[in-house]
Amino acid sequence: MIKTDIIIIGAGPVGLFAIFEAGLMKLRCHLIDAIPQPGGQLAEIYPKKPIYDIPGYPSVLAGELVDKLMEQAAPFKPGFTLGERADSIQKQEDGTFIVTTSKGTQHHAPVVMIAGGLGSFEPRKPLISNIADFEDKGVRYIVKDPDQFEGKDMVISGGGDSALDWAIYFAEKGSFVHLVHRSDRFRAHKDSVARAYELAANGKMQLHTFGEVIELEGNDELESVVIHTKEEKTTVKTDLWFPLFGLSPKLGPIGDWGLEIEKNAIVVDTFDYQTNLPGVFAIGDVNTYPGKLKLILCGFHEATLAVQTAYKIINPDKKFTLKYTTVQGVQGFEQEQPKQTVTS
Amino acid sequence: MSADISITVVDREGTEHEFSVPTDMDLNLMEVCKGFELPVEGICGGMAMCASCQVYVVTDEHFGERNDDEEAMLDEAYFVEENSRLGCQIPITPELDGIKVVLAPEAP
Repeated sequence: MIKTDIIIIGAGPVGLFAIFEAGLMKLRCHLIDAIPQPGGQLAEIYPKKPIYDIPGYPSVLAGELVDKLMEQAAPFKPGFTLGERADSIQKQEDGTFIVTTSKGTQHHAPVVMIAGGLGSFEPRKPLISNIADFEDKGVRYIVKDPDQFEGKDMVISGGGDSALDWAIYFAEKGSFVHLVHRSDRFRAHKDSVARAYELAANGKMQLHTFGEVIELEGNDELESVVIHTKEEKTTVKTDLWFPLFGLSPKLGPIGDWGLEIEKNAIVVDTFDYQTNLPGVFAIGDVNTYPGKLKLILCGFHEATLAVQTAYKIINPDKKFTLKYTTVQGVQGFEQEQPKQTVTS
Repeated sequence: MSADISITVVDREGTEHEFSVPTDMDLNLMEVCKGFELPVEGICGGMAMCASCQVYVVTDEHFGERNDDEEAMLDEAYFVEENSRLGCQIPITPELDGIKVVLAPEAP
């Protein structure tokens, strides 16, 4: 079990800044995020887009801001559980919390801060009635451990970088790839598109433009897919279909934690951004309150105020006086967060 | 100050809402829908990255032209029709006066 002072759910900009503010108060943080890298939507959706409303930065690329926030948080040696979604929260008898991820990793702390943004990013699933029957039985939304699929014939759907890159990868590894896309414009990098057409011309790939997989067939495992294009309906025998239509955010399991939810956001008290569950805070885009603005800079403010109450929960007998970084500098932690095993 | 234009939005229950909207406030259709508290999420904030503001443009003359980002998003979105557009990519201009759109179903 991972033990820390504050479990932060979501490693987006607001979660990352909370590490810094908590660190100034000598509180340790451990972050959980479903995406395998920190940065949240800034890293996942728009790393190359400039942001113009971060005070002091007339313009900063979203990806750059994440790098800077990581640098700012680094002295406080945060822990990370990445690529795992926070699935459940259990309040202990002593008032502390255990947060368990989709992979079963457990985290224990007296305070939980939900900085979950839009929610966790999940693959966009095609609307085919029996698709759930074939999930992991031929239908895969994410290419994991590609080695196992090399040389196998397959169908890939999508027109973005992910679809094109994997189609090219597998075609070059000896697979015959059916690439199905709803139009004839690919959003992927121009070189990838050119390479895909080249592979198709060499008979290693078949492009089904203006196409869509509309039916799945098979008994237990996937046996064939039906591709519908403008001209025809084709049945392709295959036991492997990757629908790669990008990711869309979902509030997910957090919605079932007993928190007060309003319009897909967690209701908080603006005194300290605490939720209806004492000890559980919600900061950034995931929360709502009268006058809420979904801005990174507002999230920074919320994180700063939230850690003040977190401090009091963690240190009920201590008083804290605000110290300015200009006076004190930044006193990081010397040691990594010790991994403790708690038996209970 | 320019005159307000009339916009009609049909919600997912089939109810028509007519709004009078200013054209000089840099608004787009997604923002207008949110402003009038219609169930449009605009999750990505107007970057053509989520399709939660997808609408069907009923009045052909107001369809305009999809931009590249919008086309790419619509290639991956649900319930896309010939007359689909993303509300966030439709700026409110005087030419839109009289436009009528229907909200696309919510993504599953």
